[in-house]
Amino acid sequence: MAADGGMGHATKRREDVRFLTGRGKYTDDYTPAKTTYCAFARSTVANGKINSIDTKDAAGMPGVVTVFTGEDFAEVGGNPAGWLINSRDGEPMKEPKRPVLAHGKVRHVGDAYAAVIAETLEQAMDAVEAIDADIDELDAVVNMVDALANSTTLVHDEIGTNQCFDWGWIEDNRAATDEAIKNAPHVTTLELVNNRLVPNAMEPRCSIGEYDPGTGDYKLTTTSQNPHLTRLLISAFVMGIPENKLTVHAPDVGGGFGSKIYHYGEEALVLAAAKKLNRPVKWTSTRTEAFLSDAHGRDHVTKIELACERDGTFIAFRTETMANVGAYLSNFSTATPTFLHGTLMAGNYTVPNVYVNVKAVFTNTAPVDAYRGAGRPEATFSLERVIDKAARELGMDPIALRRKNFIKPDQYPYASAAGLEYDSGNYDALMDGLEAAADLAGFEARRAESAKNGKLRGLGINSYIEACGIAPSNLVGVLGSRVGLYDAATVRVNATGNISVMVGAHSHGQGHETAFPQVVADMLGVDPMSIEIVHGDTSKIPFGMGTYGSRSLAVCGSAVFRATEKIIKKATLIAAHMMEDKPENVDFEDGDFSVKGTNKKVSFGDVALKAYIPHDFPLEDIEPGLEETAFYDPANFTYPSGAYACEVEVDPDTGKVDICSMIAMDDFGNVVNPMIVTGQVQGGLAQGIGQALLEHGIYDENGQLLSGSLMDYAMPRADDLPNFVVDHSHATRCTHNPIGVKGCGEAGAIGSPPTVVNAVVDALQRGGHDVEHIDMPVSPARVWEAMNG
Amino acid sequence: MYNFEFAKPKTVEEAASAMAAEGAQALGGGQTLLPTMKQRLASPEVLVSMTGIESMVGVAVRGDTLTIGGATTHAQVAADAADLYPGLAALAANIGDPAVRNRGTIGGSLANNDPAACYPAGALGSGATITTNTRDIAADDYFQGMFETALDEDEIITSVSFPIPEKANYQKFDQPASRFALVGVFVAKTADGVRVAVTGASNEGVYRWTEAETALSASFSEGALESMSGNLDDMIADLHGSASYRAHLVGVLTRRAVAACG
Amino acid sequence: MPTITMNVNGTAVSANVENRTVLSAALREELGLTGTHIGCDTSQCGACVVHVNGKAVKACTMFAVEANGADVDTIEGQAHVDGSLNVIQQAFQDHHGLQCGFCTPGMIMSAAALLKENPKPTEAEVRDYLEGNICRCTGYQGIVNAIMAASGQTPAIAAE
Ligand SMILES: Cc1cc2nc3c(=O)[nH]c(=O)nc-3n(C[C@H](O)[C@H](O)[C@H](O)COP(=O)(O)OP(=O)(O)OC[C@H]3O[C@@H](n4cnc5c(N)ncnc54)[C@H](O)[C@@H]3O)c2cc1C
Ligand code: FES
Ligand code: FES
Repeated sequence: MAADGGMGHATKRREDVRFLTGRGKYTDDYTPAKTTYCAFARSTVANGKINSIDTKDAAGMPGVVTVFTGEDFAEVGGNPAGWLINSRDGEPMKEPKRPVLAHGKVRHVGDAYAAVIAETLEQAMDAVEAIDADIDELDAVVNMVDALANSTTLVHDEIGTNQCFDWGWIEDNRAATDEAIKNAPHVTTLELVNNRLVPNAMEPRCSIGEYDPGTGDYKLTTTSQNPHLTRLLISAFVMGIPENKLTVHAPDVGGGFGSKIYHYGEEALVLAAAKKLNRPVKWTSTRTEAFLSDAHGRDHVTKIELACERDGTFIAFRTETMANVGAYLSNFSTATPTFLHGTLMAGNYTVPNVYVNVKAVFTNTAPVDAYRGAGRPEATFSLERVIDKAARELGMDPIALRRKNFIKPDQYPYASAAGLEYDSGNYDALMDGLEAAADLAGFEARRAESAKNGKLRGLGINSYIEACGIAPSNLVGVLGSRVGLYDAATVRVNATGNISVMVGAHSHGQGHETAFPQVVADMLGVDPMSIEIVHGDTSKIPFGMGTYGSRSLAVCGSAVFRATEKIIKKATLIAAHMMEDKPENVDFEDGDFSVKGTNKKVSFGDVALKAYIPHDFPLEDIEPGLEETAFYDPANFTYPSGAYACEVEVDPDTGKVDICSMIAMDDFGNVVNPMIVTGQVQGGLAQGIGQALLEHGIYDENGQLLSGSLMDYAMPRADDLPNFVVDHSHATRCTHNPIGVKGCGEAGAIGSPPTVVNAVVDALQRGGHDVEHIDMPVSPARVWEAMNG
Repeated sequence: MYNFEFAKPKTVEEAASAMAAEGAQALGGGQTLLPTMKQRLASPEVLVSMTGIESMVGVAVRGDTLTIGGATTHAQVAADAADLYPGLAALAANIGDPAVRNRGTIGGSLANNDPAACYPAGALGSGATITTNTRDIAADDYFQGMFETALDEDEIITSVSFPIPEKANYQKFDQPASRFALVGVFVAKTADGVRVAVTGASNEGVYRWTEAETALSASFSEGALESMSGNLDDMIADLHGSASYRAHLVGVLTRRAVAACG
Repeated sequence: MPTITMNVNGTAVSANVENRTVLSAALREELGLTGTHIGCDTSQCGACVVHVNGKAVKACTMFAVEANGADVDTIEGQAHVDGSLNVIQQAFQDHHGLQCGFCTPGMIMSAAALLKENPKPTEAEVRDYLEGNICRCTGYQGIVNAIMAASGQTPAIAAE
């Protein structure tokens, strides 16, 4: 281990210093010389036919440089869906074109149909108001049931239906699952809604396009979790700019949570405009625009059935879900409700039959895509709510019922009935840890105390598994992914011994600049501060598939590990040459190379220097330089798991829910920086509690977003949340990546929503109210209405 | 936002003449007006800042009347009225967040008369008098429905006078997103009886809940209200709560306010 | 265009602004102080909090002309003169009070205002004071811990 700050150390984050002093550089902090500003004209109706867009007046306004409409992009490509899903009947999903600017029709409130570029932002906004758009408002489809039933009001006329696909998983299990449920002694059924969420990363999206007419090079500076994917999509699908002529740079990014994985039309527009004007073009989203145009999350309507024996042994889970994809397919939107959801529907349990049906539905609403957790929160919520209900129906303790069905530690690798092979885990150990930390024995006393204050107290339990490290190309390829999902890293040891590591993962809060060096420092025995992480710039890093799906350390970190192994291998050759011995006789430990059984020794730094001064190298055997690249494509997903407990107090007079405690016991495998991991869980818990109690992207029947600003969309604040107890000591190593890590970024958002709702329902039940379920967000009004019939 | 002329007068008289200009509008702390202008929902041609008028800033007590200058911030009221009129100071201390309280003013709040704002309940519940550059207006005559007041277009709220009651308390149940009042109830017990003002609940804006006033004037106790709840007819229904939920909260919060009065 | 003068982080500066220019835009665009962030257009998020004459305000919700003649303190002026972090900034690093860093300038400025008014706040007072500062990343616990620590108190549940 490195002397200080290696693997397992709660090293303080080095990136903090620039953020704490106001020196972070986010996209909007860049303003190249001669920048022009872009503002969009966005639809105010959810569904409309564009008769004409007259931009003459706008073009003549002060400061206006140019105006674009959908017409200008009619010939360029659309922004594609990254995953092809086939319906149960084998038909490929419906894939309508998603244009840079709406053309012919607008399909949701906020759909951009024109853009003005002007000398100042205010001038651009003034001119947007002068655009004369003749748009006939059409009936909108907002509700998914209506959208499927309604064959005359279509989001996309050319596909003749509002259904994107009708997917079965695993279709071959369907009959057996139906049969098992028919014959089961007990079946618990629950209908529930997984509420639509608006990601609301605190930094709104921003994109700057630049073009150099001398070289023909384009540069896009943008708020992205995934700069290489953005480059790929712009190059291969949308604009045809050769990849080697386009640099995508995502500098400091103020949070993403999924919403900045995707390529958006605004990015293509600023590039096209920069080329046309030969000037930089900048667009910065307002929060209002973000509500209307960022990809939203969740929005499932689900019916789930759990069949079991009278003793609680699980027989089958059957799920029918409608998943809203909004008006257009965002890049990952078809993967989220399917492979990131259906494959997890066996949970942590030895259930023999699982069948999932998902109908994806187009509606006149903002596109819906992966948001922190992406599919797994939806799966966990359905499972863990129906299990809780079943426990009540069977008269069993909810913990005992879960334990009865847990996969046991000696059963790994375990092939789940939903088609995944879990490599490691120990759910009983997590539950043991939870029971100890939650002081279940003291619950009754706490409940009595709450009752004295007129409050109803409840306890909620949950256990989850998720699939992370979104990768294995062979697996995702089978599942319909159109891209590979590996990652890449280059380790460059400079002559003076300091090290640059170019990584494909993008850090926007996850602390890669601190954690990745810990891995390398540990392997090389050098000071972590001598290692610098380079990320976010396609011109500097080899390749990458970005950061999402808790994949950075598991996939990209493993690439870093592999590249570092190559460095050690090559450095060993050089060291052997320096010490005039055979490489197989050379050991490497604590930053020094030595020849076995001798006192011959050279330091890593000496070897680095030598690599660049190869005066006497045997050049057929050793190339000069010390730089290695690795692409890492894992064998499987990773499978973090956890057990959560939450206690709530419900005020029966107002329906307000207060979270008294929230305990998260997670198994993330090995932990590189426990401080960062704890922070990731805490942030996830806040978002999960936000989903459970506060947040709701809600449209009215005309497709107007009612919760379209922070005045109506309730973000969790400091005083909404308790102190969290977070523990990741009950770890089982991931068996197939070299660092043994599983991923921690989404766990909190996956584990907490059902824990909270289970606790609220428990509180009401114990308080004598016959309430089986309340849909999220469990707002005061909803609780009060549930209690008062 | 659209551009505008800007005036920063030092006296009420200067302000009044600046307000006479076409399209002129008062600027208090800007905590409501500025976001509205960003959304391009307001387009004043001249903004007349109130915050440089010294005579409009401050909290003073004369006899049993507390007078607050029209450009006094919520933070200053929270601090300076804490001993003089604790019920009102506590209301001010719970408006928005600290940064909003450092800019937002009582004049701006009352001129705006947002149906979910706090001061309207405090003013109506206290039976305050709104003083402008031209006249005095009793709170009972001042509030005329959502965002509607008795003010003329160019009128300036120079101060607000609150008779200090024997006891008073404001109960606010937060709308979870905006943290304005989903429902707020101000109860004041005076020698002449009890006043109950409700904000956040009604489509008509802030109003007096006369049934509760009658019951509480007879007996100032929670019990006097039994399980009374607000009148359903004009209740706001929106994504944060139905009409019946709001009506229910009116009852709950009124009882809590009475209990808190001790 | 009016010219305003302000004392920003202890230095007298002047800038040409339109009447409609908000203070945050003047700081970011005219003075190049991009540490003050813009996270919303409804005055809710607090990413833009600065101090004007010693008081925390939302720089996005104040016209720059209203700050004419004022002392303005921003995140860029918070570190010690030698560049080292001040006690609040250091506590944020020590207690993992930030992730993406976007809300951080506003959080630090609000925390500084709180501790000036109330040098030893309770945890509940800290949480209450942060009502106007939204953080999407941290779940606030690291922030609350940092502010407690900066006030010389021991956080209830420490990070690792
Ligand atoms: C995040 C946030 C949270 C908030 N939370 C709450 C809350 O919980 N409860 C609550 O009650 N309010 C809340 N508010 C509103 C806040 O209290 C405002 O300060 C207030 O409503 C308006 O006051 P202002 O001084 O900022 O007025 P401005 O925004 O400057 O003006 C508002 C209106 O009043 C007019 N005006 C201003 N001053 C005068 C005057 N002296 N005479 C005549 N007309 C005048 C203006 O022309 C304008 O029409 C919140 C605001 C924000 C941004
Ligand atoms: S940017 Fe100022 S409050 Fe959001
Ligand atoms: S650290 Fe990202 S918003 Fe607070």
